[in-house]
Amino acid sequence: MPGIRPYSIRQKLTWMNMLVSGAALLLACMALAGYELADFRQTLERRLSTQAQIVGTSSVTALLFNDPAAARNTLSALRAAPNVMSAAIYTAAGVVFAVYSRDGRGGGVPGQAVTPAGTEEHRFTSDQLILTRAIGFQGKNIGTVRIQSDLHEFNDRLLRYTGIVGMVLAASLLAAFLLSSVFQKATARPIMQLAETARVVSREKKYSVRAPVTGNADEIAVLITAFNEMLEQIQERDTALQAAHNELEASVERRTAQLEAVNRELESFTYSVAHDLRAPLRHIQGFAEALREDCANTLDPTALGYVSRVVDSTRRMDQLINDLLGLAQVGRQEMHFRPIELKNLVEDVAREVAEECPGRNIQWHIGELPVVDGDPGLIQLALYNLLSNAVKYTSPRDPAIIDVGTKRDDGERVIFVRDNGVGFNMKYAHKLFGVFERLHRREDFEGTGVGLATVQRIIHKHSGRIWAEAEIDRGATFLFTLEPRA
Amino acid sequence: MTGTARILLVEDDPQDVELTLRALRSENVRSPIEVVRDGEEALDYLFCRGLYAARSPDQPPTLVLVDLKLPKISGLQVIDAMKSNAAFKSIPVIVLSSSGEPRDIAESYRLGVNSYVQKPVDIMEFRKSIRALAQYWLEVNRSPFAQKPLKLQ
Repeated sequence: MPGIRPYSIRQKLTWMNMLVSGAALLLACMALAGYELADFRQTLERRLSTQAQIVGTSSVTALLFNDPAAARNTLSALRAAPNVMSAAIYTAAGVVFAVYSRDGRGGGVPGQAVTPAGTEEHRFTSDQLILTRAIGFQGKNIGTVRIQSDLHEFNDRLLRYTGIVGMVLAASLLAAFLLSSVFQKATARPIMQLAETARVVSREKKYSVRAPVTGNADEIAVLITAFNEMLEQIQERDTALQAAHNELEASVERRTAQLEAVNRELESFTYSVAHDLRAPLRHIQGFAEALREDCANTLDPTALGYVSRVVDSTRRMDQLINDLLGLAQVGRQEMHFRPIELKNLVEDVAREVAEECPGRNIQWHIGELPVVDGDPGLIQLALYNLLSNAVKYTSPRDPAIIDVGTKRDDGERVIFVRDNGVGFNMKYAHKLFGVFERLHRREDFEGTGVGLATVQRIIHKHSGRIWAEAEIDRGATFLFTLEPRA
Repeated sequence: MTGTARILLVEDDPQDVELTLRALRSENVRSPIEVVRDGEEALDYLFCRGLYAARSPDQPPTLVLVDLKLPKISGLQVIDAMKSNAAFKSIPVIVLSSSGEPRDIAESYRLGVNSYVQKPVDIMEFRKSIRALAQYWLEVNRSPFAQKPLKLQ
């Protein structure tokens, strides 16, 4: 109700008080005035009736002796009654016998009037009271008297009453207004204070404020007390929540510190793998090589063969350490997301991989690929591993066919790398992405078993998933997504 | 100041010392090579104090090969001490480290090394690196300390 909202409860209370008291007073005054006026009308009637009776009685002789002058004389006595406008006496036949009028012109007096014997009747018009009365003598109707009176007196009284009612009403409304502004303080002020408190609470989220208590025992006091209790509870809950929040934050901080410690430990571990494990390896290799160079003359071919194997093993160990460090680095590396034109990147990587194995007949089918959000360096590394894997495991094929494309799978955008290579048994698919896990013998295919683990780690860092489908001798397909499942 | 190259090799691991010397010799580097075994000794050598108090300060090394992981004073501290000292600032310093950590490389360059070489496990690769280093720093490059060709054929 938009018409009501702008008024405060204080205004509403004032209006209500004034309307109620005004209405009650108006009704009372009107009833009183109505009664008084009705009573006054009766008084007027009675007076006129008495005058008619006197005139009637006094005119009997005049009527009996047909003396209109005497009747006129009688009528003229009405001059003493200022309310009588005109009067007339009629004979029994209804003919005018004598007329009196205040203005002396005899206006407004009808020419004829007959009234049944012994009756009297009166009639109010808007500004006149007209009374006719039969004049009887010894049980016989000998004429009629008709008196016409104005309602001046009545109207004056009506006006006076209206004025009094108006004045009383105005005075009482003023009194009601003054009184209600005194009393409303007791009622409206606590409500207004409560409203202000509620506003502060909702605006400033300050639950420590309280609405002032009135000390009364009315409903408003109950409301204020309940409101304050509610605030108390909210404050308590707030405090508890804040405490829980602080506790959580502290525990997150603790965990973070622990994680950071573990991370540092891991980092120093990879660091020592990089340095301390590599140094002796370098020495083994260096001195084995020195042995082969400096003592070639004194060593027989078997001994030289063993030296070669030592050198080969150190190279392999070096490769393992390198791959492992690479994997660790992928895990530690900070991600820098950027939009990547996947098709361009795949083409570049395919070219690079192909250049590394000249002489191979490889057919690349690179379909439409999306622009993805990712870390370009890491995505490139993942693609390199996937494509070089595809090239590696298609080495017995001529031509090797490698497809890279995208498809929708259950609403998800999946990117796939499919080859026509040697495939693998799906029974071992779960081992595919494990570190140092290999599904083929080393003499068949080179590798450390870190490549796919690295790919998986990169895909996971992009919130994606990777899986593979394959069949022995029928090729393998690696599928991955680069965004979290919707 | 004479125009002869003097190489200072800062390396704690005797095996590495031997392999590095072997690689240098196999690449026909004949310049005198002084070997110190930790960072403290390296600084003593440079500042002619302690064990090297008798050394003439007029004969600073013309090329320093330094490992990063050293007992007592680390390779990075040695580099820092050299590069923040006016007398040694212009001596080329080359890091020879097993580490390929981006952090180590970045820190070394921040301190002002002239070159960073990761020691490969494969000795043949290592020799290639040494050959390239010797060729560049002892032959191609001109420095205030080396005025004439140093490599003997």
